[in-house]
Amino acid sequence: MPRVTPDTVEHVARLAHLSLTAEERATFARQLDDVLAYAESIQALDTSGVEPMSHASGAGLLRQDQPQPSLDREKVLSEAPDADRGLFRVPRVLGG
Amino acid sequence: MTPDARPTAADIARRVRKREVSAVEVAREHLDRIGRLEPKLDAFLHVTAERAMEHARAVDAAVAAGKTTGPLAGVPVAIKDLLDIEGVPTTCGSRILEGYRPPFTAGVVERLEAAGAIVVGKTNMDEFAMGSSTENSAYKPTRNPWDPSRVPGGSSGGSAAAVAAGMAPLALGSDTGGSIRQPAALCGVVGLKPTYGRVSRYGLVAFASSLDQVGPFTRTVEDAALAASVLFGRDERDATSSDQAVPDFSPALLAGAKGLRIGVPWSFLEKGVDAPVLEAFREALSALESAGARVVDIALPHAGHAIATYYIVATAEASSNLARYDGVRYGLRVDAGRDLRETYGKTRDRGFGPEVKRRIILGTFVLSSGYYDAYYVRAQKVRTLIRRDFEQALESCDVVATPTTPSPAFRFGEKTADPLAMYLADIFTVPANLAGIPGLSVPCGFADGLPIGLQLLARAFDESALFRAGHAYQGLTAHHRAAPVMA
Repeated sequence: MPRVTPDTVEHVARLAHLSLTAEERATFARQLDDVLAYAESIQALDTSGVEPMSHASGAGLLRQDQPQPSLDREKVLSEAPDADRGLFRVPRVLGG
Repeated sequence: MTPDARPTAADIARRVRKREVSAVEVAREHLDRIGRLEPKLDAFLHVTAERAMEHARAVDAAVAAGKTTGPLAGVPVAIKDLLDIEGVPTTCGSRILEGYRPPFTAGVVERLEAAGAIVVGKTNMDEFAMGSSTENSAYKPTRNPWDPSRVPGGSSGGSAAAVAAGMAPLALGSDTGGSIRQPAALCGVVGLKPTYGRVSRYGLVAFASSLDQVGPFTRTVEDAALAASVLFGRDERDATSSDQAVPDFSPALLAGAKGLRIGVPWSFLEKGVDAPVLEAFREALSALESAGARVVDIALPHAGHAIATYYIVATAEASSNLARYDGVRYGLRVDAGRDLRETYGKTRDRGFGPEVKRRIILGTFVLSSGYYDAYYVRAQKVRTLIRRDFEQALESCDVVATPTTPSPAFRFGEKTADPLAMYLADIFTVPANLAGIPGLSVPCGFADGLPIGLQLLARAFDESALFRAGHAYQGLTAHHRAAPVMA
């Protein structure tokens, strides 16, 4: 498996919407490389014909799809860093 | 070490219902103790004193009016700070949720309060439950009541320390890879990770949704069974919560060890277990054998791959779950950005600590194009192999026993520089989360004054077997009656 470099970390950080410092990139690259080297052990296992397990429970149980009140809008918006007229307000998304 | 004269949750509820003591007196006594010990331990992030007194008065009024009160009437309970209570801060040990007051209450907290329990506060934890020492809390580390120079374990370190120090007889934690059982072992208390799906995750801050499960810390197995009877059961607001019937656990508590088959995966325990831990473990098995249990050798051929599997599966799920912290709807926002994208990046950089970032990066990496099959899908397949190991092993025994951790509580800073060393401390607890089966840690002795834990695992939805074995063990030994010396 390829080594994890600071550039790999930078690429992945961008995907995850994290701004990292150069120092963080270098440290994480070294530490993730260690963890992935350790995780190499599972590459040697024979997993042919084995189903991947995504959950410990069987199929999720569904409830009746009946309309019911949701959380109070004012109460929810009162937790927002910036809200206006019943909406969440965010910095500019396009252009600039 | 002193003998433990403190009442259990069951004692308190019985006495409150009989009006031998009032819920208000019990609450005041525990809040006083929290006030006195908190400067030494830092187990809590938020103490809900006023709310607790209000609820205690309501329980007393209900008892006085002859209204049926629940099985936890007047029992003080501490709640890990990743379970929501309407109007009470939830930080999850993170700066990114500082000041957040959830507009709803977790299903498990509703159940406890409906049963008469009194919430005394929210306990400290590793940020987003990521850690094994509570050193990753963005606010403060919690100290181990048995030795304040050592960690209480984690991630539910505050809850474990609170129960060990008698700040509450009952606390809730969450266990994704051992975060209830490991701190229970390191603090000398009982910790239960229920079967996946037994307990509602509604109102639990998500870390790794296919592994997370809420469970109790107590000092006795009897109290753990009492808490389980309140906590277990279907909640329609969590699609993964099971509708399996919740049995009456009292027959299991009466059953004793005679005829119990205990499987021990000896080859999995060969390496890396401290000598005093192994010795205490062998003594625990001997005690159960002398009461009529039979110890059989079992194999868990893939358990050695559990840590690698876990840190791929759990970080992948975490990277997805933690995408919601974007500074838009709640919690921290750093507004330095020119546009939304920069706001996300800066908010998450300032709001998350190093371990959380490390896991988001790892999880995003194993899910990214080119690595998804080699890491994530392969780990999911190994997860199937690990589950099969347990299904097979538990055909020839009723419970599987291991030490809960390879070593007792370590010192602050001992493992912080090396994330992998910290991860390896979870070697015995992680397999149960991957398999979805229940696990219980019970105090089984001391090494140089530091508690050691015995871990018991059982078939899915067979918590009864854990309570049977654990309660029988506590009837044969006195380790759980030792209490740390607290000024």
